[in-house]
Amino acid sequence: MLFATLIALLGAMLLILARAFAGPSVYDRVLALNMFGTKTVLLIAVGGHALGWTGYADIALLYAMLNFIGTIAVLRFFEATASDAREERT
Amino acid sequence: MSLLLDILSGLALLAGSLLCITGGIGLWRLPGVFCRMHAASLNDTLGTPLILLGLMLQMEPSLTTLKLVCIALFIMMTNPSATHALSRAALHGGERPLADRAAGAEDESSKR
Repeated sequence: MLFATLIALLGAMLLILARAFAGPSVYDRVLALNMFGTKTVLLIAVGGHALGWTGYADIALLYAMLNFIGTIAVLRFFEATASDAREERT
Repeated sequence: MSLLLDILSGLALLAGSLLCITGGIGLWRLPGVFCRMHAASLNDTLGTPLILLGLMLQMEPSLTTLKLVCIALFIMMTNPSATHALSRAALHGGERPLADRAAGAEDESSKR
């Protein structure tokens, strides 16, 4: 069952990566990036459990936190750029 | 008891994988940014704790189990808030939902 979960996670990551490359707007890419990070956390947890690693939960927890902070930081940047562009237009 | 735990863990892992692959398909197939956000956010928020629950049921109770609980709680808190911030930024940046776009096409064209 762990192997099937790994296959499903890798398939979902492939679709998410395709959306991140093809996304029409920048928000699609940020969304795909956020979802890819969540799937990476799951991949670390499931793969670490299946391979019998020790201490994989720390890495997964750290990756989840970094993923959230990174998404919020990128969004701050794009929101500021969008409002700047709107002010310049008017 | 062990068989019951195995069956429960397998069911949780199966449901979580199904939700994850559904989220991926939704992210690839649905039209519009907000539809894709809907697919990504809902499936991730339920699918991630289900897969982690399936892992927790397989291992002995230890500190790693507690860390997996922490990861599940953290993702259940941060994933909806990240999607909320993303949709706010998208709305602020000029993206329009599909229904809004269809209804307000005439207004927009007459306004410009």
